Amino acid sequence: MPLYRSHVLVCGGTGCTSGGSDKIYDAFLKEIESFNLKDEVQVICTGCFGLCAEGPIVIVYPEGAFYSRVADSDVKEIVEEHLLKGRIVKRLLYKESLEEGQIKSLNEVKFYKKQMRIALRNCGVINPENIEEYIAYDGYKALAKVLTEMTPEQVIDWVKRSGLRGRGGGGFPTGLKWEFAAKAPGNVKYVVCNADEGDPGAYMDRSILEGDPHSVIEAMAIAGYAIGSKQGYVYVRAEYPLAVKRLEIAINQAREYGLLGKNILGTDFEFDIEIRLGAGAFVCGEETALMTSIEGHRGEPRPRPPFPAVKGLWGKPTLLNNVETYANIPVIILKGPEWFASIGTEKSKGTKVFALVGKVNNTGLIEVPMGTTVREIVEDIGGGIPGGKKFKAVQTGGPSGGCIPASLMDTPIDFDSLTALGTMMGSGGMIVMDEDTCMVDIAKFFLEFTVDESCGKCPPCRIGTRRMLEILQKITSGNGTMEDIEKLEELAYSIKDSALCGLGQTAPNPVLSTLRYFRDEYEAHVKEKRCPAGACKALLRIVIDRDLCKGCGICAKNCPANAITGQIKKPFEIDQEKCIKCGVCIEKCPFKAISKKA
Amino acid sequence: MIKSIQELEQIRKKALEELEFRKQQGEGIRVVVGMATCGIAAGARPVMLKFVEEIQKRNLQNVTVVQTGCIGLCKYEPIVEVYEPNKEKVTYVKMTPEKVSRVVAEHIVNGKPVYEYTIGYEEAKEANK
Ligand SMILES: Cc1cc2nc3c(=O)[nH]c(=O)nc-3n(C[C@H](O)[C@H](O)[C@H](O)COP(=O)(O)O)c2cc1C
Ligand code: SF4
Ligand code: SF4
Ligand code: SF4
Ligand code: FES
Ligand code: FES
Repeated sequence: MPLYRSHVLVCGGTGCTSGGSDKIYDAFLKEIESFNLKDEVQVICTGCFGLCAEGPIVIVYPEGAFYSRVADSDVKEIVEEHLLKGRIVKRLLYKESLEEGQIKSLNEVKFYKKQMRIALRNCGVINPENIEEYIAYDGYKALAKVLTEMTPEQVIDWVKRSGLRGRGGGGFPTGLKWEFAAKAPGNVKYVVCNADEGDPGAYMDRSILEGDPHSVIEAMAIAGYAIGSKQGYVYVRAEYPLAVKRLEIAINQAREYGLLGKNILGTDFEFDIEIRLGAGAFVCGEETALMTSIEGHRGEPRPRPPFPAVKGLWGKPTLLNNVETYANIPVIILKGPEWFASIGTEKSKGTKVFALVGKVNNTGLIEVPMGTTVREIVEDIGGGIPGGKKFKAVQTGGPSGGCIPASLMDTPIDFDSLTALGTMMGSGGMIVMDEDTCMVDIAKFFLEFTVDESCGKCPPCRIGTRRMLEILQKITSGNGTMEDIEKLEELAYSIKDSALCGLGQTAPNPVLSTLRYFRDEYEAHVKEKRCPAGACKALLRIVIDRDLCKGCGICAKNCPANAITGQIKKPFEIDQEKCIKCGVCIEKCPFKAISKKA
Repeated sequence: MIKSIQELEQIRKKALEELEFRKQQGEGIRVVVGMATCGIAAGARPVMLKFVEEIQKRNLQNVTVVQTGCIGLCKYEPIVEVYEPNKEKVTYVKMTPEKVSRVVAEHIVNGKPVYEYTIGYEEAKEANK
């Protein structure tokens, strides 16, 4: 690789790309060409830096200048000022990274300070389309180490001792799973990577594939060596085209470099990987459905046991892990199981990646040691709630999870404490909610998702969740009764017990969890026909303040439902039965006399 | 095709050199070249490029070349400041690509600043005129 004096790293992650970072990348190439800096300055498209809320992000090295909210119209200035003349463009610097005129190192910025990046170690650091950059940061060194210095048994022993648990949701001990797959009888075995990631709001796995695909490839090869498999599959959604493209490039490069295929690194170990595209059904993330889908059938779950480790793809023993689980493996091999086990809590070792979204200032991709509290995540890393609103809860675990209310904000997050609170780690979606979020509405949102995604194979899930949704709709529209709440709870427990797969078994969780912590909100909807958060449209009342109303009649003229009546110069009134809550009158009233009431 | 661990290690070393300066600045030596308008007019670009070239040629780790704006001493441009951890910074003035080779060899590699090229030396010369 030729030496450049400056590197411009443009974030090519999902968040920044939707903010136009691809245009920024092109603009850099063009400007650098026009200023004749092509041989001195290299432009690189990386994976997500994590701070997606401040995107599009550009970092210029060696100064380490962290530019945020860059527009393509800013590029010329960065090239002319910074790259040509060495003057950092202060107005574009991420506000927190500038202190007393000095650029702080990224690790010093509040957003990164409490983070520890193991699975995301290379995201935003390397060019994911260049295998040599991965190798530069010790890539494939762990594979080399296991192939030449370790027996498969030793590898499995290390993974066991590290305490790593599956990051795909369930948290099953990874080493144990590897051992089961290794010990299962048979010559043909498979290694599968679950990159389906269908939870609403989650994009951790996709970001790892986009930002550091080789770490997953290397780990799968290590797994292949450990369990005695020659063939791996990555199951990834077709809707993630960037992840698929980066993975394809990476697999091809690894083959070219002899890191996949026959005689890897001069040994007699052989391993290769193929990509399988999923159509984007949530249930296909469930392991048995996923394997059925890879086999070319409709992705429907089947009962377990037999577990995949014994009878998986095409009936052969199959090791199936999540993207993030794999991304941890090379580091464990290089730094040792004790090092990994020293991070995190008693029973949850290492770190966890979360997609922090919702009502929080710094939305983005974060990685924290297990045991970090909700408060640290929301306040320190997330920078608090926007608009001075009050923090209400975080939802974790997606449609299989539940919420942690503000009163339990100091709970350290790990697999078991979340389960104890009635929620789940899940794959790592973390949705922050403020006082304006209605918890009944949230439960309804996740149930709508489940009803849409249920494969329909078993009645408790197909029919039961729909019944639950109907009840929630009844409650949020103000027609619920106290018996409905009871029925909802009853249904929830019976679905949990009788559904065939994890989708149905966990679908009631958001309802149970919100009932547990926010029962009073359900009751307010039922008894007082009131939504305390002011979010449920049907329960809102649009009212005219008699003191402010001047009786001009403008509202009545604009109301599409003819719900407003009155006499000119006297206060007007809204017929709540007719009002469709469109809000038009609020906008039209010149005297601000109309408002929403919860 | 990488056929052995040794080959992998070679690729790693080479690629790392290229990426080394993406690590946050800190321990290493920093060569700061004044590249404001007057610096460029006085010939700072070839000076900077020469530094990059010499550092690459000698395979020096932990040395970064950065640019800066106006230092405020336009008549002494091109100006180059060398920062070493825990040492006084050294300011070189009226730099040329030819002078760069000596600064790299004597100062950056061997730790002995080239005093004839420094600001103090120039100022003394002016005063004696
Ligand atoms: C409905 C459903 C959806 C799932 N979706 C995913 C997913 O998107 N990604 C994932 O890694 N695991 C998902 N899982 C969990 C997988 O079935 C499996 O436990 C996991 O991939 C195992 O990998 P791990 O041990 O590394 O976590 C899902 C499970 C269920 C029940
Ligand atoms: S629980 Fe739902 S998703 Fe799972 S098999 Fe039954 S119907 Fe399908
Ligand atoms: S909210 Fe819409 S429907 Fe209701 S009174 Fe106002 S304008 Fe009419
Ligand atoms: S537009 Fe406002 S002031 Fe006029 S009648 Fe309606 S509520 Fe009263
Ligand atoms: S996508 Fe750019 S910082 Fe996350
Ligand atoms: S512009 Fe060079 S010192 Fe002022």
